[in-house]
Amino acid sequence: MNNVFVYCEIEGTTVAEVSQELLTKGRKLANTLGVQLNAVVAGTGIKGKVESQILPYGVDKLFVFDAEGLFPYTSAPHTDILVNLFKEEKPQICLMGATVIGRDLGPRVSSSLTSGLTADCTQLEIGDYDDKKTEKHYEGLLYQIRPAFGGNIVATIVNPEHRPQMATVRSGVMQREILDENYKGEVVYSDVAKYVPSVDYVVKVIDRHVEAAKHNLKGAPIVVAGGYGMGSREGFDMLFKLAKELHGEVGASRAAVDAGFVDHDRQIGQTGITVHPKVYIACGISGQIQHIAGMQDSGIIISVNSDPDAPINKIADYVIIGTVEEVVPKLIKYYKQNSK
Amino acid sequence: MSLKIVVLAKQVPDTRNVGKDAMTAEGTVNRAALPAIFNPEDLNALEQALRLKEQNPGSTVGILTMGPPRAGEIIRQGLYRGADTGWLLTDRLFAGADTLATSYALATAIKKIGNVDIVIGGRQAIDGDTAQVGPQVAEKLGLNQVTYAEEILKIENGVATIRRHIDGGVETVEAPLPVVITVNGSAAPCRPCNAKLVMKYKYATCPMERKGDEPYTYLYNERPYLTLNQWSVADVDGDAQQCGLSGSPTKVKAVQSIVFQAKESKTLTPSDADVESLVKELLDEKIIG
Repeated sequence: MNNVFVYCEIEGTTVAEVSQELLTKGRKLANTLGVQLNAVVAGTGIKGKVESQILPYGVDKLFVFDAEGLFPYTSAPHTDILVNLFKEEKPQICLMGATVIGRDLGPRVSSSLTSGLTADCTQLEIGDYDDKKTEKHYEGLLYQIRPAFGGNIVATIVNPEHRPQMATVRSGVMQREILDENYKGEVVYSDVAKYVPSVDYVVKVIDRHVEAAKHNLKGAPIVVAGGYGMGSREGFDMLFKLAKELHGEVGASRAAVDAGFVDHDRQIGQTGITVHPKVYIACGISGQIQHIAGMQDSGIIISVNSDPDAPINKIADYVIIGTVEEVVPKLIKYYKQNSK
Repeated sequence: MSLKIVVLAKQVPDTRNVGKDAMTAEGTVNRAALPAIFNPEDLNALEQALRLKEQNPGSTVGILTMGPPRAGEIIRQGLYRGADTGWLLTDRLFAGADTLATSYALATAIKKIGNVDIVIGGRQAIDGDTAQVGPQVAEKLGLNQVTYAEEILKIENGVATIRRHIDGGVETVEAPLPVVITVNGSAAPCRPCNAKLVMKYKYATCPMERKGDEPYTYLYNERPYLTLNQWSVADVDGDAQQCGLSGSPTKVKAVQSIVFQAKESKTLTPSDADVESLVKELLDEKIIG
């Protein structure tokens, strides 16, 4: 009762990194609140394969639902697993990845339990809250912090009355860290049929293609990112050249992705990937907060922009006031000349 | 088979093109500086709905939206593109709704509309980016859902075959009707307005949008289709407690405009000397290899 729950997403028998990041965060929240960290995982043929990917993050109790039809994911069975489990366990917090699955499942569960859900949180903290209208004081609520309104403001959301307090978090936002390889957590193998009525299996996945990521933007030590200022898909070619020289990856702002200059899977920001590279080279990126939220923890930030007042310049270590067409080829040239 | 299709659409401030005047000096959002637009992914959803209507003779497409009276524009935009009807949920009691209270209001209206085969909307709205309302409506109605749809491939024998985006790939699912579908921005763009339909519907308004002194007021008696459906909480037999602020479990504790820690930055020119010295510095300090 009253514990912190993390829904662990899987692909086959592999637990998603984002879920492990949330387990790490969930452990910290549970410590602050003085409660247990619980996890739930559902799939087909996962028994004996997923436990060691979950428990070491400090999970006190893991609920495993293993049955035909639970993988690939469909909405109804996973919804009923969480809804019925939560009716028994009454968690105070539930976290899940802001992935396609988490964003399909989270709202469905929250709607059934009439609990509040905050999408795409960038920070989670525990704190108190005073409701000015009712003059009620609440202790130990989950602060769900996220950029809002296209990333122009940051809102702190709380769910004072309803449980669980639900939040989704994007991949890469939280850091993943094993607590103890031999952490002793209890594992419960639940009777799926008790939680999922057979009518739930009505949506059928008839064809499925998943490719391994084409790039490792999330873990790249050097990121060369382009914005709307790159002007075109061709404009991005020089960024790919620079990234190749530096052994880095190419990222982009939402504006560049929306304009079709580069594929969606390279979007950095609140609604894209969060990166923590050693070096971040922002080319023609003005620096909307939505973008900065996804790269502000980079080691060194270099901004190439013809606008000296571009907001990103404020957080950059180096600002080159000039056009990308002029500066990027020079970066390539002098890197080639000076590196061995 | 003929289908009764309801498109969920939202009028949103255009947060994609936020200029420097989008925030007031006090750090609040300056809504006046942002144009109100048809939420982009809702247009993708409308296109899928209109295609289904074409493929399934006898089908109807209605636009369901919630907002202040001026959101009647969303229904007109739908009519201009080929929708048959629309409903505007507007009531002070709906105001301040989070996604859950919004989904309650929409689900209640969909029940009122009745016998709907397909509820379809954009994956998410650009002013909130939550992607929650579609699944929350589906749960409230007890319907199947397919999110992140890219194309409705066919509807046969009461089953929709839908290609959808998933992390790292695509999948195709079969879902029996009735179903709630949310459409991803990677789906086909919406068709433009049809000039004849613009002429037909340009004076179509909800009663609350009218001032009463419009020179074309006489048309409203002659052409009933120019009066759009406008529903209050009472009109949809809604429970006011579950609407708006009082129906919203999430509360905003604080809102801040973002101030990033400004760094001491070195400003360089694009000259060869400046660029070369920067590259050398990064190489010397082994920051780049």
